[in-house]
Amino acid sequence: MAIIEISDLVYTYPGASKPSIDGVSLTVEKGEFVLITGPSGCGKTSLCRTFNGLIPHFYQGELKGKIVIAGQDVTCQQTFDMAKHVGLVFQNPENQLFALSVEKDVAFGLENLGIPRVEMRKRVDWALNLTGIYDLRERSPYEVSGGQQQRVAIASVLAMQPEIIVLDEPTSFLDPLSAERIFDVIYKLNQEHGITVVLVEHRLDLTAKYTNHLIVMNKGKICLEGNPREILCSDETSHIGVGIPKATLLYKRLKMNGFNVNKQIPLSSDELAVQLLEALNK
Amino acid sequence: MGQNGAGKTTFIKHFNGLLKPSSGRVCVNGVETTKTSVAALAKNVGFVFQNPDNQLFSETVEDEIAFALKNFGFDKETIEKRVSWALDFLSLEQYRKTSPFLLSGGERKRVALASVLAWDPETLVLDEPTIGQDHEQKEKLRHFIMQLQVKKKTVVMVTHDVEFVAECNPRVILMCDGKIVADGIAKEILTSPKLLEETSIVLPQIAQIFTKLAPIGLPTDVIDIDEAETAILTKATAGRHR
Repeated sequence: MAIIEISDLVYTYPGASKPSIDGVSLTVEKGEFVLITGPSGCGKTSLCRTFNGLIPHFYQGELKGKIVIAGQDVTCQQTFDMAKHVGLVFQNPENQLFALSVEKDVAFGLENLGIPRVEMRKRVDWALNLTGIYDLRERSPYEVSGGQQQRVAIASVLAMQPEIIVLDEPTSFLDPLSAERIFDVIYKLNQEHGITVVLVEHRLDLTAKYTNHLIVMNKGKICLEGNPREILCSDETSHIGVGIPKATLLYKRLKMNGFNVNKQIPLSSDELAVQLLEALNK
Repeated sequence: MGQNGAGKTTFIKHFNGLLKPSSGRVCVNGVETTKTSVAALAKNVGFVFQNPDNQLFSETVEDEIAFALKNFGFDKETIEKRVSWALDFLSLEQYRKTSPFLLSGGERKRVALASVLAWDPETLVLDEPTIGQDHEQKEKLRHFIMQLQVKKKTVVMVTHDVEFVAECNPRVILMCDGKIVADGIAKEILTSPKLLEETSIVLPQIAQIFTKLAPIGLPTDVIDIDEAETAILTKATAGRHR
């Protein structure tokens, strides 16, 4: 069942001379883990903003086409109605944090949904623990570091347990190990609870392994879509300027040099290391 | 480099006097930061914040970039020349008259970078310069940093982007809990699983691969893709001749 259905979407911000989204059609099935990448300014963030109705309701501007999320026509629904279905983690955590303590920020969405106190307590602690910020719960979100703020933003969305989680470069301020832990948590929620995940990322080194539905955007359009192994190995992808994982790139180079590698294109260093050990031990 | 909350940003804020030491001394170009002003230090030390929104305020991208140049008293012609150079260098020319706040996250970060690069400071302090940047922009930034090296300028960068660091191959200082725990060349530090685990950093992909290839006799201190390619191909050829 499709949970995101977008057809022929064209969107222009107020005062902008050309559209930021220029003819996008996209279907995401329930339970998928989708990864969106592409050069900066290609429309990734704008597309995310349509999933919960921030575009067009908050940003206004001119919109053509159809956006149906979790069975709701976004253009006819209020943003607060969409928030029950879609959780959006912003690129800049400072744009989404405002409460006096980390814990209150994480509880805010639940308060607005009218979740009973006992359940709220449980979910807040669960989200704080998952993101490794339980010890920061009494602190002000403004006095913690950039990476810690990002974890607060992620926790506040996880706590709401929406059907769809949309994350716009959610770990850009995080150290690599913390980023990997957060991605693992999100992947687990996707696998075990069937939550649909849409992740926007430049760092495919860290994230390509989680998905089998990769979308490459360029100039407001979707230009490549499908299996990440094939897309990342294609020449078209290098041409657009997508940061290909080093393991995939090394595989491609070795193959070009006539080195006998496996048919399976690797997305992670583990996958390539196994192939190389086998090939070099022959 | 180092984990979140290790003190990296706090540390580099001492380099242009935004923060003064509670005890100890910080000297920049031989001058103690407690004995001078941020304004005086700023001309020599350009600082690009982690979050561009903390530093942008002008109505147009052009004004944003010209701001510091005007304050430093450059003449009109030089200002125009430097602004145009910075806009062109960071692919922002089309946004000259646009408000920085209408731009994407990655683009705003580039405006912040442009506004500092424009006055060509002797020392450049960059807090997470690659955030939100695509492959092409990162490549450009790397080439630029390499050029600065040739010009004998000093670049201090805070970053979590291990792949970017592996490509730049700089001196790496690792921080943990407000202390420096290691200081050495990238090739040594980024191939030490023990050090990196302590500071919550992962090995670059090439190093990860070579750690696993160690049992068959390949070197473990490889972070560069060209070096990796050569090592594997040489090993394969040697195997065939045996």
